[in-house]
Amino acid sequence: MKTITLTVNGRPEKLTLSPHRTLLDVLREDLGLTGAKRGCEAGECGACTVILNGRPVNSCLVLAVELDGADVLTVEGLGGPEGLDPLQQSFVDNFALQCGYCTPGMILMGKALLAKNPRPSEDEVKEFISGNLCRCTGYENIVKAIMAVAAGGERHG
Amino acid sequence: MSQSDWRSNRPPAGGVQEIGRVAPRADAAAKVTGAERYAADYYPENYVWAGVKRAGVPHARIMGVDTASARALPGVVAVLTHKDIGGKNRLGIFEKDQPILADGVVRHCGDAVALAVAETKEALTAALAAIRVDCEPLAAVFAPEEALAAGAPIVHEGRGGGNLLLESEICFGKAREALAGCRHAVELTVELGWQEHAFLETQTGVAWQEADGSLTIVASTQTPFRDRLELAEALGLTLDRIRVTAPYLGGGFGGKDGVTVQGFLALAALHSGGRPVKIWYSREESILAGTKRHPATVTYRLGCDADGVFQALDCRLVFDTGAYASLGTEVFALALEHAGGPYRIANVAVHGKIVYTNNPVAGAFRGFGVPQAAAGIEQAVDELARVAGFDPLAMRRKNAVGCGDTTPTGVVIGRPAGLAECLAQVERHPLWRERQTWREGAPPFKRRGVGVAAVYHGMGFGPAVADYANAKLELTAEGRITVCAGVADMGQGNATTCLQIVSHALGQPYGDMELVLPDTARTLPSASSSASRTTFTYGNALIGAAGVLRERILARGALLLSFQLLAPVNAAEVDLLPGRIYHAPSGRSVPLKVIAGFMDAAERTATYSYTCPVNRQAIPTGGNLRLHGYPHRIFSYAVKLARVEVDTLTGEARVCDFLSCVEAGRVLNPQLYEQQLHGGAAQGLGYALFEDFAVSGGEIATGDLATYILPTALDVPDMETVSVAVSEDEGPFGMKGVGEVVIDGVLPAVANAVAEAAGVRVTKGTLTAEKILAALRAGGREATR
Ligand code: FES
Ligand code: FES
Repeated sequence: MKTITLTVNGRPEKLTLSPHRTLLDVLREDLGLTGAKRGCEAGECGACTVILNGRPVNSCLVLAVELDGADVLTVEGLGGPEGLDPLQQSFVDNFALQCGYCTPGMILMGKALLAKNPRPSEDEVKEFISGNLCRCTGYENIVKAIMAVAAGGERHG
Repeated sequence: MSQSDWRSNRPPAGGVQEIGRVAPRADAAAKVTGAERYAADYYPENYVWAGVKRAGVPHARIMGVDTASARALPGVVAVLTHKDIGGKNRLGIFEKDQPILADGVVRHCGDAVALAVAETKEALTAALAAIRVDCEPLAAVFAPEEALAAGAPIVHEGRGGGNLLLESEICFGKAREALAGCRHAVELTVELGWQEHAFLETQTGVAWQEADGSLTIVASTQTPFRDRLELAEALGLTLDRIRVTAPYLGGGFGGKDGVTVQGFLALAALHSGGRPVKIWYSREESILAGTKRHPATVTYRLGCDADGVFQALDCRLVFDTGAYASLGTEVFALALEHAGGPYRIANVAVHGKIVYTNNPVAGAFRGFGVPQAAAGIEQAVDELARVAGFDPLAMRRKNAVGCGDTTPTGVVIGRPAGLAECLAQVERHPLWRERQTWREGAPPFKRRGVGVAAVYHGMGFGPAVADYANAKLELTAEGRITVCAGVADMGQGNATTCLQIVSHALGQPYGDMELVLPDTARTLPSASSSASRTTFTYGNALIGAAGVLRERILARGALLLSFQLLAPVNAAEVDLLPGRIYHAPSGRSVPLKVIAGFMDAAERTATYSYTCPVNRQAIPTGGNLRLHGYPHRIFSYAVKLARVEVDTLTGEARVCDFLSCVEAGRVLNPQLYEQQLHGGAAQGLGYALFEDFAVSGGEIATGDLATYILPTALDVPDMETVSVAVSEDEGPFGMKGVGEVVIDGVLPAVANAVAEAAGVRVTKGTLTAEKILAALRAGGREATR
């Protein structure tokens, strides 16, 4: 067992954990943050995507004990129903979800992309989210939703 | 999405017009914030984990299961075998052949042999590893021909009929003779592999015993009510002792049509010392144990006269259901009914078999047998067009069925049918019209082709099984409307459509209504979320319930008004407006909250039972398919077009553009409808090009998402959609089911495009680069510019 402190969605958390537990499990089982989903536990689907120290990661591949001092953002930290983040709102407006199980991961990927590249081309969006699987939408509206929020909103590529 | 032939709906006077509008999804806000609780997101207080010991061998006799050492491990709550099951230990819909826990025989690698319950996931893993299964291997069968050979090992010993689950034939005219007399004829065999549903939320749920000992199960399921029936029988419980609720699913596509984890959950909850249990398959277990699309071999002979009019069809379809029937006979029946495609053909012989093997279990998957049938007939049509020198789209138009025509399998189309218009739309579409220029624009070492396919899809359960729904609406004490959804929403958005329908029918704002998701304790039995029937059937029931509630509200409101006005008020003079009723002659309104206070709970609840009309046509052939759904009454129609570029150096086929033109009645919500077209196309493209499910000796070689390749955002082309909206007046507001016709025919459209581009046809399974390259090589076209 090891005790770590980290920040999750802006809140400090102190956790005592056994060394093999993943960030995904800790978020879901210990912190009640079930927005990060499990689709494979092997880094293949991206449903578990969170932003760790500013970068998107598959939380199923991150050991939680290594996160002392880290900063984690999950979909719950983006905005609530009263005040959706613009990208969340864009997913709603563009019908970018069906079952919605991939959605938190997709939204966080979109956030991460737009943070480093505010004007991505459509191809750059596709490339960036290509590690995140969606079985329902065929991606079309997801790409549209991210493009709609991109600065200026124009579509290139 | 472009709309043609859009005939507007007429909302009830004074109402809120929701139908035909782009209404936001009711589930969107909770899903984008991570607040939505899927079955996977339930972690009840003090819960324990349940997990399954899988057989790992395809066919064996179980000599013994030693659970003692597992039981002795720390943190292990229970280790259970079939001996702990009180009921029949058999699951299944028609053919009840699948044990919850194996009792004597293992029939495929994913069979469940024992169930462990433990404090932690680690303790669970240790317990499962410590269970010893003593097995005596049995000879196994892995292909239908093997399984049907004399002396073959029998998958279900003692079953009359051996490994043949069902055989059937639909015949009209003289197919063989007519074929011999055809001016042009082709023969083609297509092999189709398994397809994995690969919903992102794997099979999961939680369960617990209530204070009175009854069970509550929260599961990712398309069929809460049927699950309850199946579980009661298999476990020896009465229906009132089981409650099943179905939160929004993280995808289903047919793979959660029936019991997956629910039997394990119920059994574990009965032996967990009163603690809630949670089960959640890993991706590997999901692939190992879950059902898949049936692999099939389809052989087609199709002939036409000198004018390109189809004269004769002779086809054979052989399906592998794997170790259990699941919904195999129903899938098979639908495949046979659709075997000849949406055409007029007078001389037809359709013959089919569905066979048990020791392979993974196949079952319901969006499309339900039609994708396999379409893969055969639509490639045969293209081949015939090629040898006879006809344009493939024109040939389809020439032979397409319309209202009043008879399908190749003898079904008289008695309802509006928009196939001809779909074909005309595609013919006019730039993706088709400009195909020649596009083809000629291929860069060096690439060859381009454009392929089409036409399909139809029967909606609902057919003539034998009642396709019913029981809708329930409540006017709450606060004067709001609660819509109880009796059918699960696996992502397709039918919960939203339910709200839209009620909103439209009662004139109440969509955003003001509350929704109750399927729950055997709060909603009423309304059958499965499947068969393209969900919104059609439940929507009709909801319209009925809304009518009942409207009448009650108006009657009670009129009574209240008469007290106020000291004069009799006729309910016909009262309008239902958002949040109130309005009496025009007096100019008075009464808020719904006040009316609700004037009604008791029973009056505030309206229910309505609706059963779909069926096709009562007496068809002299294919009689044993009737019980399994043949024939259908209402069909949706579609034409798919794929533009494909083949790399002659690598064999890789890239779909550059994809067009879905669909006629599924009127469109209730254009965006939700378009979502179905996108999703179905993407899943169909996966089936055509990427998802090469590999099984050898009953063992799955593509057991995870690293080896089973799903299309990513980079693999799916721009998807264009065209809606042909022809009203089906039996449907709610003129709609028909759209969820499946969207995947039918994607594979042959792509295969036809590849065949045109490569000059050779790949007919074995997924169109991978290796296979296309081999075909190019064989045709002397490898590395051609
Ligand atoms: S669950 Fe982490 S990548 Fe799939
Ligand atoms: S919306 Fe279902 S997986 Fe993406």
